[in-house]
Amino acid sequence: MCLAIPAKVISVDGTSAKVSVEDVEYTASLLLLDNVKPGDFIMLHAGFGIEKVDPDEAAETLRLLNEIGKNSHY
Amino acid sequence: MKQKEKYILLGHGSGGKMMHDLIESVFLKHFSNSILNEETDSAIISSGSDQLAFTTDSFVIDPLFFPGGNIGKLAVCGTVNDLAVSGAEPLYLSVSFIIEEGFPIDELEVIAESLADEATKAGVNIVTGDTKVVNKGKCDKLFINTAGIGSIRKENLHISKAQDVIPGDVIIINGMIGDHGMAVMNARESFNFKIMVESDCTSLNHLISNVISKSKVKFMRDPTRGGVAAVLNELSMKKRVGIDIEEAALPIRNSVRAMCELLGFDPLHVANEGKVLIVAAESCAADILQVLSGYETGKDCAIIGRIVNDHPGRVVLRNQTGGSRIIDSLSGDQLPRIC
Amino acid sequence: MKYVDEYREKDLILSLAEKLRTISKKEVVLMEVCGGHTMAIHRFGIHSLLPSNIHLVSGPGCPVCVSSQHFIDSAMAFSRIPGVIITTYGDLIRVPGSSTSLEKERAAGSDIRIIYSVLESLEIAKQNPEKKVIFLGIGFETTAPATAAAIIRARQKNIFNFFVLSAHKIMPPVMKALVEEGVRIDGFIAPGHVSAITGTSIYNELASVYGLGVVISGFEPVDILQSVLMLIHQLEAMNPEVEVQYHRVVNCEGNKIAQNLMNEVFEYRDDIWRGLGLIPQSGLGIKDDFSSFDAEKQFNVEVPQSTEPKGCICGQILRGLKTPVDCSLFAKKCTPSDPVGACMVSGEGTCATYFKYQS
Repeated sequence: MCLAIPAKVISVDGTSAKVSVEDVEYTASLLLLDNVKPGDFIMLHAGFGIEKVDPDEAAETLRLLNEIGKNSHY
Repeated sequence: MKQKEKYILLGHGSGGKMMHDLIESVFLKHFSNSILNEETDSAIISSGSDQLAFTTDSFVIDPLFFPGGNIGKLAVCGTVNDLAVSGAEPLYLSVSFIIEEGFPIDELEVIAESLADEATKAGVNIVTGDTKVVNKGKCDKLFINTAGIGSIRKENLHISKAQDVIPGDVIIINGMIGDHGMAVMNARESFNFKIMVESDCTSLNHLISNVISKSKVKFMRDPTRGGVAAVLNELSMKKRVGIDIEEAALPIRNSVRAMCELLGFDPLHVANEGKVLIVAAESCAADILQVLSGYETGKDCAIIGRIVNDHPGRVVLRNQTGGSRIIDSLSGDQLPRIC
Repeated sequence: MKYVDEYREKDLILSLAEKLRTISKKEVVLMEVCGGHTMAIHRFGIHSLLPSNIHLVSGPGCPVCVSSQHFIDSAMAFSRIPGVIITTYGDLIRVPGSSTSLEKERAAGSDIRIIYSVLESLEIAKQNPEKKVIFLGIGFETTAPATAAAIIRARQKNIFNFFVLSAHKIMPPVMKALVEEGVRIDGFIAPGHVSAITGTSIYNELASVYGLGVVISGFEPVDILQSVLMLIHQLEAMNPEVEVQYHRVVNCEGNKIAQNLMNEVFEYRDDIWRGLGLIPQSGLGIKDDFSSFDAEKQFNVEVPQSTEPKGCICGQILRGLKTPVDCSLFAKKCTPSDPVGACMVSGEGTCATYFKYQS
């Protein structure tokens, strides 16, 4: 389960934030998060941000995967 | 076929399998004749030595006004396109209004003006009409019913019946899919998304007329309710052929794609009102694409798949990494999901 | 789309698939317990990329599928109370109860509305003070915090015509129950978004006591393939542990704010999982402190005895013991347009996914 999509935070207003996915905008609830800033990416599920996306971890995952890719031939 | 449900459900109007079953088990059961049984977008009828295309449609869209248009513009586009995709030149429309008591006249005027503008653009005449008013609560603001007549040349009679469609033929679409359904859904629901997508509703008769004059087209249909998936499934079952669609080739606007991901929708099931699916021999594809590219409404045209020998009666979507999945016709409307 | 497209990259997918073909020839059965994973695996054709010795099975990961017949029938009964507005996620609309569905009740005149966020329910309650708005709370730990937040907000804003009928459930007890039942599982692909909320320690017992590896996975094809690779590595090294593949979203502690909200509003209770029976301490009930928002306590409604549909083997499918094609009703009497069991109704239920995606 758990259809959640990474959404970029455009602006924060108390317990909600204007977020966008491509150019679809939505006012997400931040009741489950703190310390969210414009420019952050949050996982949007059923109208709520449930967690922030960690850009460093995201990059590290891709780096590791590209390593695997380099060593395989298909 | 026996009708299982006791009451009409929304799914019966959604363009997919449920609607198809309803038409067969209730309407065709009683109205059956050789012309109607073809279940084409326009009926081809004779008057003396002339062949005419004759179609009817009803417009019950909610909301009446949506980004990119309104029910009036839609009434013309929908009817004109049903004629055009059958290979006919649309000529005359009838327009009939069923209006709820209390409906604002100034809004009605805006709708009428849009309707007239679109008719002028399409080059059709509205030659007869009717107006009825019902008590408050007896209809949802405004319903429009239309009928359209066009003339059809002998050399285009095969188009609506898909007579000549064979494995190896390609499937072309004139542009991005899913715009209309997403624009309207967003205008209607309370989900609070802000999406900069407009309905693609437009009359396609000039574009189509140019295509069929420059190249040989084997089949056309407009993927309205039920989306591209519904049309392709109908074709594959009617002709007992398989259809392969390349996922990477589907033209989809980024924002429509994003909206579909957010709600768990498949763009192939979303309604369009300015799109035409064209089936033609592979050798004709280049010419068709060239004609389409000359139009604003065709600039994003693409070959999206082909007719194949395998899996007759099934539409299969192939992704870039060799995976595949069956594209079924939906039974009802798509529902936003959390899972 | 950022943080999505990169994980659907063709070359990455193919190189991972190639790696899986060469790494091990052992027959392994890996279970995922998340409808989102079921969907993704079929949508991206993951089965066709895996070597024949690696089997992916779907467990009870679809909260719609595992909602008890009684819950569905209760929802119907509530919908028939005059003055009630039912608000629900779209997933539930077509789920068949013993005799009807929310969609059919809507056709018969009940006020049933599909919402995307539970906060829309609150808004509907605020705008319709003379009505009673009941929200159908389905979902696992990913979704339960939103319901908890809505209940707390309802109290803060004095919205007392808002109620929740909770069918929320939690994952670890059912995973343990499957293992204890003896279902053949060599490792778990754990749900990434549940884990984003709960953190990773909820799976420790599976590794330390039952010797089963658990990899917490994201939902893109690259995530799933990498997770399978990590599980195979663990099996080869005979080192079962809890690992995170979905590092960009999941951290060890999880989301403390969400956990606290859940603990404030909900308490564990025994719960019936459709097809699996009673699983102790696997459901989330609303605490007494918030009983004024609990639909079960505030409404007295007669729910007819629930009947399981005859011939339906959803239970065995949910355990990963059978596949949809083993069911005599599959694709004949039970289809997406005419579902018998919930596995077919929910778009991500095993049977619906199978029907849609099987070539």
